[in-house]
Amino acid sequence: MKMSIRLTVNGSPHSLELSEEVPLIFALRNDLDCHGAKLGCGLEQCGACVVLADGEPIYSCTTRIGDLQGKAIETLEGLAAESGELHPIQQAFLNHNAAQCGFCLSGIVMRTKALLAKNPKPSRQDICQALDGHLCRCGAQPRMIRAVESAAARLRGAS
Amino acid sequence: MNLPGAIERAPGLDRWLHINIDGSITVKTGKVEIGQGIMTAIAMIAAEELDVVVERIHVQTADTRITPNEQITAGSMSVEDSGSAVRVASAAAREILLAKAAEFLDVAPGTLTVDDGMISSTESNEQIDYWSLQAGMRFETDIVSLPAVKDPRHYRIVGHAVSRVDLPAKLNGDVAFVHDMLFHHLRHGRLVKPPQPDARLLECPDTLEMPGVEIVRDGSFLGVLAAREEIAVAAAERLALRCRWSQAPLTVMPGEIPDYLRNKVTRSLPVVDGTPVDAPVPAYQSSVAVTVSLEATYYRPYQMHASMGPSAAVAQYANGILTVYSHSQGVELLKRALADVLGLPKDQVDVIHAEGAGCYGHNGADDVALDAALLAMAAEPDPVSVKWTRADEHGFEPYAPAAVIDMKAGLDKDGRVIDWRHESFSFSHAGRPRPSPGYTNLQSAWWREQATPPAPRQPAMFKEVGIHRNLQPIYEFPQQQLIKHFVASSPLRTSSLRSLGAFANVFAIESFMDELAQLAGADVFEFRLRHLQDTRARKVLELLRDQLAAPSDEAGVGRGIALARYKNRQTWCAVAVDLVVSDDAQVQLRRATIAADAGLVIDPDGLINQLEGGFVQAASWALKEAVSWDESGVTSRDWLSYPILRFSEVPEIETHLVPSRDRALGVGEASTGPTPAAIANAIFAASGTRVRAMPFTPEMLRAAAARQ
Repeated sequence: MKMSIRLTVNGSPHSLELSEEVPLIFALRNDLDCHGAKLGCGLEQCGACVVLADGEPIYSCTTRIGDLQGKAIETLEGLAAESGELHPIQQAFLNHNAAQCGFCLSGIVMRTKALLAKNPKPSRQDICQALDGHLCRCGAQPRMIRAVESAAARLRGAS
Repeated sequence: MNLPGAIERAPGLDRWLHINIDGSITVKTGKVEIGQGIMTAIAMIAAEELDVVVERIHVQTADTRITPNEQITAGSMSVEDSGSAVRVASAAAREILLAKAAEFLDVAPGTLTVDDGMISSTESNEQIDYWSLQAGMRFETDIVSLPAVKDPRHYRIVGHAVSRVDLPAKLNGDVAFVHDMLFHHLRHGRLVKPPQPDARLLECPDTLEMPGVEIVRDGSFLGVLAAREEIAVAAAERLALRCRWSQAPLTVMPGEIPDYLRNKVTRSLPVVDGTPVDAPVPAYQSSVAVTVSLEATYYRPYQMHASMGPSAAVAQYANGILTVYSHSQGVELLKRALADVLGLPKDQVDVIHAEGAGCYGHNGADDVALDAALLAMAAEPDPVSVKWTRADEHGFEPYAPAAVIDMKAGLDKDGRVIDWRHESFSFSHAGRPRPSPGYTNLQSAWWREQATPPAPRQPAMFKEVGIHRNLQPIYEFPQQQLIKHFVASSPLRTSSLRSLGAFANVFAIESFMDELAQLAGADVFEFRLRHLQDTRARKVLELLRDQLAAPSDEAGVGRGIALARYKNRQTWCAVAVDLVVSDDAQVQLRRATIAADAGLVIDPDGLINQLEGGFVQAASWALKEAVSWDESGVTSRDWLSYPILRFSEVPEIETHLVPSRDRALGVGEASTGPTPAAIANAIFAASGTRVRAMPFTPEMLRAAAARQ
């Protein structure tokens, strides 16, 4: 049944006239013009769809929008400043060329944001643990770990 | 030096390059971005020859309507093929532009210099830039002779660090993948695939009680269309529950594959100088000087591409024209295959490359393009976006073929290999949709009412392809016998996965070299160098040795090395692995060290990324991966039933390159072969257990230890 779902996405309020059963990822990608989150498995196994709800990582492929009423959703699209200046996490991934195909990037970058909010100085082990639910088939993990380390250093310097 | 082959086939300069009116330059390539960074490398090469900044270069990748036909993006050939062509086309354009400028400025051509497209002369105060000179016009000329290209000593862009040109869009959530493409009136499609590939659809409903959902059936090809994606997903799930299929149980089980490969050989071919010879296999006679000999058998199971993104395509059939956006590695082959299967004239099919997730070979990209085309023809004139599910991707992609490799060697009294015999038993790696009248390799065509069957598999006979890629050892052995045993009929569908047969062959060769070194009581570096005359191979191995710290003497810790030259004509790559084998037979990688000689390096960071990514992927195949199935079908249908390497399992990696100004060599597949051997050799050093069958799971390690 269709109902009105109120969500804040990257700071902007939205009202969606959709069934509460609709998984968030389809609302993001097909209704809200947010293409970062990717449908990799639909099974909470690969992490490509991860976005933040009230700062916590969620699997947008299985989370129903009905369960997100009133929550603040953050996606990759909301990271860069209005001026176009990249967020330090994005900039660090770019500087380290920390990707090959980039399909897994959105989920990994968003998980990193949640990690660094809680743990500004993560060890290599902390990073691997936080990202262990995220798959990267291209094998870019070593440079992604370096990117997270340098983003953390830059964020610590900035705050 | 001759013109690059790609230029000879498409000599028109306008096919390769256009000076846009807006201050940018479009460079066209028939290759595609598959995460390997080819757009960045091509942009760097063009910017270097044209003396402009990289940001001015817009790289247009494969589009059958406009780009040169460069066949497929595979075999680590893009920098060698397209890179050479773009270098020549850019240099040719520069020559023409400078000649025009000399006339315009009324100066001698030799006095001209270019700075970011601005042309100046020491004889004139005036300047003019490329864009004003060319004014958006085409060149209207063919490249018939080699233009003067830049001396690599003067390179300012090539060989230096740049950021990947495609990454900003991917980091900002812009439309970057075919999965992201939305059009007006777009309909979403999903498929209902058979439980086993040969099962036939017996019954299915004509409608579902879901408004706006359309069922599309053609024989046993079944799909749904809906205006919203989640409705298409739900409809396909509901429809699957209401279908009845014939049973087509799989009859050969995973554990039976090694025997199957030995018993079902279609043709056995001697391999000489990397090429199969259509002749009987000569009888083998061991040299009389052999004092001690060794035999071993190695195994690679069926393995997956397992792309992160399920295969997807967008198609539209309108006004008699079929337009397909696809992440295929070969848009021209796909165009022709689609036209053949659908009975459309070739000039009414356009295939435009749009990125997918990394594919590492022939995955479901081409198949889903046909799926999208079939649904688009039912939805005419609306565009249709079709995505496979995770279970579709794992269950229906064409796998890397399983392989059994028998090795036999004899040492003389001085511990030198004087006899070498290598036999590879495997299936076809050639499952791409190449033209084959009356047949097709596009899977859904096999299931339609008017079915087009799959093409019968033939042994590949070219140099260094398929099963016999890297079957030729890099070492000098006085007597060698190399045999390819081709098995035409595979219980599971197979095709090309990164490095083809090289993965299994180098695994076997380099594991066996370790076993022989042990038999000879020799150091693993010294034993290899003993048989190695190729100076660049020696240099790579020595570089690796020099970069390694002293090995750890902790219990359960070990180091292994391996070396190969991909296809025996591309990049040389040596790998060392330090790892720990725990008491419960778990392998944890600690550190990998890579040394490589790839000739002239275009994009150093991109090259390292490829070598390291290749290591991680090959380590995942080696340690964790085997397609599983039972009578009911493939049971590896998600990331739990087919696990791959995770962040916590990836080691730190360090890569060292041999500086070189020699020809640039492809690198994308160079590290995959040595990796499993380096790991197996390290497992032996750490635990005393010799693993010869992948994957090296705790169960396999325990089984190998029990057999010893």
